[in-house]
Amino acid sequence: MNSYEHSVSLDLTRCTGCTACLKHCPTEAIRIKDGHAQINPDRCIDCGICIKICPSKAKKATYSRLDKVLKRKYKIALPAPSLYGQFEDLDDVDFVLQGLKNIGFDDVFEVSKAAELVSAYTRLYLKTEGIPKPVINSACPVVLRLISLRYPTLKEHIMQLLPPMEIAARLARERAMKEHPELSREDICICFISPCPAKVSYVRNGFGDYKSEVDEVLSISDVYFNLINVMRRQHQPDQLSESGVIGISWATTGGEASALFNDKYLAADGIDNVNRVLEQLDNGNISGLEFVELNACPGGCVGGAMVVENPFVAKARLQTLRRYLPVSQTKLTGDERDYIPQNFFFDELPTYMPIQRLSANFGESLRMMAVIQKLHEALPGIDCGACGAPNCRAFAEDVVCGRSPEDGCVLLQKQQLEVLLKSKEEEQNRDSATTGS
Amino acid sequence: MNEAVRFHFVVDGEDFTSAGQASVQVKKNLRRLGIPPEIIRKISIAMYEGEINMVIHANGGEAEVLVYEDRVEMILTDRGPGIANIEDAMKEGYSTAPDNVRSLGFGAGMGLPNMKRYTDGMKIESVVGEGTTITMTVNLT
Repeated sequence: MNSYEHSVSLDLTRCTGCTACLKHCPTEAIRIKDGHAQINPDRCIDCGICIKICPSKAKKATYSRLDKVLKRKYKIALPAPSLYGQFEDLDDVDFVLQGLKNIGFDDVFEVSKAAELVSAYTRLYLKTEGIPKPVINSACPVVLRLISLRYPTLKEHIMQLLPPMEIAARLARERAMKEHPELSREDICICFISPCPAKVSYVRNGFGDYKSEVDEVLSISDVYFNLINVMRRQHQPDQLSESGVIGISWATTGGEASALFNDKYLAADGIDNVNRVLEQLDNGNISGLEFVELNACPGGCVGGAMVVENPFVAKARLQTLRRYLPVSQTKLTGDERDYIPQNFFFDELPTYMPIQRLSANFGESLRMMAVIQKLHEALPGIDCGACGAPNCRAFAEDVVCGRSPEDGCVLLQKQQLEVLLKSKEEEQNRDSATTGS
Repeated sequence: MNEAVRFHFVVDGEDFTSAGQASVQVKKNLRRLGIPPEIIRKISIAMYEGEINMVIHANGGEAEVLVYEDRVEMILTDRGPGIANIEDAMKEGYSTAPDNVRSLGFGAGMGLPNMKRYTDGMKIESVVGEGTTITMTVNLT
């Protein structure tokens, strides 16, 4: 479990040890220890909330550096559709794609183009006999990890089609090798331009047994600042874009689901809402749905931790941008409509990791739970976070599991001190009363 | 260890929108104890159905969940109208739920049958006009 590589790093010099990230982490993965935040890698789902919330900008996403990537022999940019929403007054995606070539990429392959293929195949996938419904989308890595940590019974509902990023990576490499037979596989560097750190982790760790086709993950914010310079000077760009309304809509919540032409879908975003939906699905309380689209970030991918623009502004811009585009520019023809090619699937779903359990031994867990409950009752219950745990319950758990000292609660200590002082005082009063008489 | 770990919940009958909360809490706690997911699923479904019943029919009540080494016991107590004919109530599709909750998809007459289906033992004690106590057991071994 410890071998899972995350993509959030902490700048120790900047972290003040405040409770902002502690309070907002959806999986209670953070503790404040020795004056700064620590992330438990087993619990972290790479949602990026701590990066967005940190007032000192101490939490950072880790990603590949653009200048380093550009030194590679043949590099292909894979822009996520959320990139297009970052620019003011952009009326043609081609400006962005031409810009990517101008800053040094040898080729560009739009993830939104691959998304249209995935949408087409998802329509087929939903017709597969015997698959558990509703089908849950596989594009948000945070949701995938959340399911593997918390909702083992929903695992089979995950759509086993690869996300657009992976399809784009494979197609881009195939195209490069065809157009440039002199290139070896290693010469080609596939660079995904990502809105979120979760994609960085996905590429580094793979998913189940699947290994990512992407070589490097860049940050939208990083690429953005390089792009705006060259884009201004650009006159008429080459006609490069092959995306329609469907592909671009994947950047925002509901885009993937609405492309299925099936109204029996649910689309939710924001990790709290996602948890609520998963909880209800787990209980079997949502009926009549074919497809569930879940995105960890508010607004969808435009709300990722590595974007520049406010997600709602980005969404508005994408609406304008896709206005006069065809519905889809990538369609299935002839035989393609009959079955989904094997290389669009991933085989293995990740195994359940019971990170929440107190001990591997059930009897021991029971004993510990009893102690936790007792300690929890004695605590003030205001969840102040001063002890370094996000709430009193988590603190009680930390103490019983030996991760935190018992005297960590300042309020409880103050209470105990007051009781002690009072009894001392009474003792003194009694003494003076006896000497007085 | 013979003493059970105990979780206690007050099920608020005034607020239909909060129905199902106890089931979510139970699930969280059972995960901490490391109980296998298939068993947690059974318990939380039974618990959920029982909770909904208390809200629909009895204006709320109390839920007590006891976790022993070999079993989980759920005791749901309410001071509602009681069940006049338990045999009828156990039939699939039999329901006395009012129309307003039916429009939300509840009251399909599957509550008690599901509670029985997902547990290893269920006992109903009910007195008309006084209330109902349902005890459900799910074995862990």
